[in-house]
Amino acid sequence: MAEDERVLLAHGSGGRLSHELVAQVFVPPWENPILSRLDDSAVFRLGDGTEPPLAFTTDSYVVKPLFFKGGDIGRLAVCGTVNDLAMSGARPLYLSAGFVIEEGLTMTDLRAIVQSMREAAEEAGVQIVAGDTKVVEKGSADGLFINTAGLGLLRSGLHISGEGAQVGDIVILSGSIGDHGIAVLSQREGLDFESPVSSDVAPLNHMVAAMLEVSPQIHVLRDPTRGGVATSLNEIAGQSSVGIHIREETIPLKPGVWAACEMLGLDPLYVANEGKLVAMVSRADADKVLEAVRGSTYGREAAIIGEVIPEPQGKVLMETAVGGTRIVHMLVGEMLPRIC
Amino acid sequence: MRYVEEFRDRAAALGMAERIRCGAVSPVNLMEVCGTHTVAIFRHGVRDLLPPEVRMLSGPGCPVCVTTNADIDRAIALAEQPGVILVTFGDMMKVPGSYQSLSQAKARGCDVRVVYSARDALGIARANPERAVVFFGVGFETTAPTIAACVLEAESLGLENFSVLSVHKLIPPAMEALVASGEVRIDGFMCPGHVSVIIGSHPYEFIAERYGVPCVITGFEPLDILQGIEMLVRQIAGGQPRVEIQYSRGVRPEGNPRAREILERIFEVDGADWRGLGHIPDSGLKLRSEYACFDARAVHSISPPPTKEHVGCICGDILRGAKTPPECPLYGKVCTPENPVGPCMVSSEGTCAGWYQYGSR
Amino acid sequence: MCLAIPARLFEVEGERGLVELAGVVREVSLMLLPEARVGDYLLIHAGYALQRLDEADAQETLRLLAEVAQAGQEEA
Repeated sequence: MAEDERVLLAHGSGGRLSHELVAQVFVPPWENPILSRLDDSAVFRLGDGTEPPLAFTTDSYVVKPLFFKGGDIGRLAVCGTVNDLAMSGARPLYLSAGFVIEEGLTMTDLRAIVQSMREAAEEAGVQIVAGDTKVVEKGSADGLFINTAGLGLLRSGLHISGEGAQVGDIVILSGSIGDHGIAVLSQREGLDFESPVSSDVAPLNHMVAAMLEVSPQIHVLRDPTRGGVATSLNEIAGQSSVGIHIREETIPLKPGVWAACEMLGLDPLYVANEGKLVAMVSRADADKVLEAVRGSTYGREAAIIGEVIPEPQGKVLMETAVGGTRIVHMLVGEMLPRIC
Repeated sequence: MRYVEEFRDRAAALGMAERIRCGAVSPVNLMEVCGTHTVAIFRHGVRDLLPPEVRMLSGPGCPVCVTTNADIDRAIALAEQPGVILVTFGDMMKVPGSYQSLSQAKARGCDVRVVYSARDALGIARANPERAVVFFGVGFETTAPTIAACVLEAESLGLENFSVLSVHKLIPPAMEALVASGEVRIDGFMCPGHVSVIIGSHPYEFIAERYGVPCVITGFEPLDILQGIEMLVRQIAGGQPRVEIQYSRGVRPEGNPRAREILERIFEVDGADWRGLGHIPDSGLKLRSEYACFDARAVHSISPPPTKEHVGCICGDILRGAKTPPECPLYGKVCTPENPVGPCMVSSEGTCAGWYQYGSR
Repeated sequence: MCLAIPARLFEVEGERGLVELAGVVREVSLMLLPEARVGDYLLIHAGYALQRLDEADAQETLRLLAEVAQAGQEEA
């Protein structure tokens, strides 16, 4: 990236440009072994190395609108961080919450968001133990930005990371895709259609605990947020140097999400989720793990969507509904609605 | 009845693929004129189902591909004018002009907004009466009538801050330019289904009669595309080229006369510059003088910087099917999906982007 | 060209209509298709209705496709 280049909105979309920004601008000056893994959470041990490992993560929430069908920025913030920790197999314990508030935000809205965070924290079984507040001038913050950091406890010996996918692993998706992205889009100004779709924003740590209960052979966990399932699968394929093959017909998709995507020329594989995970599980344990996911609150529609293959490395292939095959690329830049 | 799912049935797809395999005894080049067909073929993996004898060429029916650097530069020059809100369809945001794309112009501070419908631009104009709203009018005969309707509505609303920068183009003249040049052998045209919803089937008849090339007006679901290919293969074997309608549920031979009437009220035919095809007479649309107050070229003085073509970029040749991506000196080295030099690399379904990600298919 | 989706018209008000596809509702302009009637399935492009979908033609196409599917399965 040249010095005179500017940051584009696309750098925040979660796809290839976001990755480049991190890899080229952020990582080199801060270089250390923990950071370089670039997993959802940083994992380390304190003291002399005999303590159980900790997982530590941070995230910022800049969603517009602040309130949407199925949730709000507060619930999003708590669940997002809880899920990041859960994806490394950690038990989430403590969260911090920093608020950057645009002057003029109503107290009613602020209280509603704080209440929502309380409910989400309770549901997840975590405590919000530290916080900060800043207020900025009107026009600087889209109403409210929230940053959270989260700390969780890992089981010793458990190693779940993006590099862990093995050829032959089964890919499990915990439910329907694109719900959050469409729910948010449908309320944003400029796209004025009513949709029966709610955001799927939810804490997934109980689901993960149930999965770990039945199998130690869970090699990868990832919650596909911005950039959608396509981006997460591409990331994992790249990190693990494997290929991934999925079947379009097995991917759960709500009719409302499908319809909204058709109307806007969007591909659901790239639309954001906030309450779903993909897991790569050893073939032998796949059925057990699927059952555990389906038994949890947010995993009722879970499905096996594919498997890990040796070639082509770093790529994701999909068998389409009509029996053809296509490559599922990493998202390049922002996903924009098309007319053509 | 959904009109979508039923046209994605796997058994029918495999059956149709088998028929195509039986019918294509010698190699044939079929041109899918329309960018939306290219995208649909890619998205559903249709190429996988075709025998090697059937070669699909991507044609010029894609506004991302055929809008010239000069036209993009004009849109950006307008966006840079103080007070202007440049409104565009999402498709055009990432296409590079001589110096930058609309997306980059937006990052630099220009007010560029993406809409799904031209009507949204009217909404922006009404909400911002002190700003000049310019709509970047791209698209072919499917989209141009919607912009024409929009201008009519702007007139009835008495809007004084709304104009259109028209780079709309027409499909049949581009098809003629391709087939007349003889540069690439085209054995059949998969004609654009939604353009044909507006213009009907008659405008393609000269292609079959004068040039002897079969035409099948095709829909966009995978089964439509496969059936369209099967009909083309059958016509080629039968030796009696004509225009057929595969997409009968949407296309009437007479098209949509009302849409054409509104189109002709606002626009008149003019020459246009096409990337890859050069200047084609009577292939574009410009606003009639009676509607000059809605014509961005009349309302604003536009002084774009000198046009630059990217040295080495052969998108034009790629678009005509005359060259393949590996023959481009920039392909994969300077020009990648993250840093596209030309439009063929812009969207993940563009010819060059497709090759880059997946090799030759 | 271009993306157009089939949606069912369920309300008309002058030159505007409300269409529905799988529960998703969108307002569209009927300026290019004044003959549209409630109950019609319409092709919608960029917020405008372009044409009514012909049920009989759709059924005919599907019938042909089903034959092909059948023949394919018999050969298999």
